[in-house]
Amino acid sequence: MKQKTTTKTSYHIPIGPIHPALKEPVFFEFEIDGERIVDVDVKLGHVHRAVEWASRKRNPIQILYIAERICGICSYSHPVAFALAVEDAADIMIPERAEYLRVIQGELERICSHLLWAGVAAHEIGFDTVLFFTWQVRERTLDLTEFLTGNRITKAITMIGGVRRDITKDMLPRIQKDLDYLKECYGKLGKIFLEDKTIKLRSQGAGILTKEDALKLCAVGPTTRASGVKKDVRVDTSYFAYGDLDIDCITPADLTGTVNGDVYDRIIQRLLEVKQSIDLIEQCVDKMPAGDIVAEPKIAKLLAQLKKVNGEGVGRHEAPRGEVIHYVKLDGNDAPFTWKVRAPTYNNILPWIPMLKGEQIADIPIVAASTDPCISCTNRVGIVKDGNKYELTKEQLHKMSVEKTRRLMR
Amino acid sequence: MAKGLTKAFKKALWVYHCNSGSCNGCDIEIIAALCPRYDVERFGIKLVGSPRHADVLLVTGPVTRQMADKVKRVYEQMPDPKVVICVGNCGNTGDVFYESYNLVGPINQVLPVDVHVVGCPPRPEAIIFAVAKAWTKLETLEGK
Repeated sequence: MKQKTTTKTSYHIPIGPIHPALKEPVFFEFEIDGERIVDVDVKLGHVHRAVEWASRKRNPIQILYIAERICGICSYSHPVAFALAVEDAADIMIPERAEYLRVIQGELERICSHLLWAGVAAHEIGFDTVLFFTWQVRERTLDLTEFLTGNRITKAITMIGGVRRDITKDMLPRIQKDLDYLKECYGKLGKIFLEDKTIKLRSQGAGILTKEDALKLCAVGPTTRASGVKKDVRVDTSYFAYGDLDIDCITPADLTGTVNGDVYDRIIQRLLEVKQSIDLIEQCVDKMPAGDIVAEPKIAKLLAQLKKVNGEGVGRHEAPRGEVIHYVKLDGNDAPFTWKVRAPTYNNILPWIPMLKGEQIADIPIVAASTDPCISCTNRVGIVKDGNKYELTKEQLHKMSVEKTRRLMR
Repeated sequence: MAKGLTKAFKKALWVYHCNSGSCNGCDIEIIAALCPRYDVERFGIKLVGSPRHADVLLVTGPVTRQMADKVKRVYEQMPDPKVVICVGNCGNTGDVFYESYNLVGPINQVLPVDVHVVGCPPRPEAIIFAVAKAWTKLETLEGK
């Protein structure tokens, strides 16, 4: 269909589903008027691997390992939420020491994930020096994870009724050493992200999510807290050992006094959470009581016990990206009757629409990345304008973003 | 270093990374290999944003039904000679998802794979080793 170019029409930009670097393939369709985004549509389903379906053939302990592979970044949050659901259904009490060990792992994962995100966000606005700096700090966190669990990414530390590895006394100095290093780098990172002109120029006032929208669209995790909604599973339900620890729901207002709900606030929010996590790990190491680390160490006995259970359970955990919910129904067979996963990014997709509306094309990468789905590395964009087709690759999109930073710096 | 690799490399190796439905575990390890600790850019290995610029295709994930034709298209867009590296257990065998109804993979059902890297996820060292092996293959291909 040929149109006269004199009439002002909006055009569509499809993005995805192949991304060269991080995160799941998703498909976006942007409606663009000049440089402004008018509307956004999101299509999902490219990473559908039938995880829940596979659970029908496996027993709860085998499912722990599938749950771990739902997401490589939240590879602790998913199995632990599943374990919580099974423990809820089977009324298993976990030993107190295991509750503290679970907090330590959860907070370590949060630090890793937030540092990863900080690097990606910096890359999106063309600030690669910060990407390399944050990832170098992250490597140290991964070293600590490897030291405590035996692996860098998929940790396989969760067991139904506890954890699989203990922290012994001789491990404590090493943990403290790494935490001290993290604290030292935190000061540097805070300075870069809070005071640097480049980051402020690109993130302040961009991708605003109002408190009303955050509540209406059920955003979760740092995304909603950065809009001023005090929602944090760790504080609200005090599962694990969080009830014994000194933890408060933080918002960017704790640092700046106001909440704007823009990308800058989401950066502050995640930085504050890294500090909170370091503090929580230190508290856990101090307060951890002695005792068992798992309720039932014999796996065959545990499976026999789970086979007798007839009931349902829900597990809620505050993953780095927000609340993850697992629902399990056991009906006396080897495999559970059903298993349902609700991951935090699912809730944080709809808020993209109010965030991206009215923004410029060059802001797509940083605004979309600000909810931490890493849509960032979008590969190709095809622009269909007045019947003429041309394509924008991820590089060009990235270049546009970098150029905008330079323009603003002048 | 891989066997048969000459001391001086003839050219820099440009890598395109394609996620065919992976869990991000392998993907973040690939990025970790590019970052200061492992720093593969010192060997001239670089991630590029378009398959048309790439010598090597790194594929992660078990190839879901929706992604199969897209992965094929990426492969076809790459100029010859090219090498495909499959990173992670998912792409090699299907891993925990092996019996799933929505998988077309493992990757060697869709693309001709030259180097397999196992591990869930493989460590950055293993990925770098695989790329070095791919290099040997590329240099042999070019010699022909």
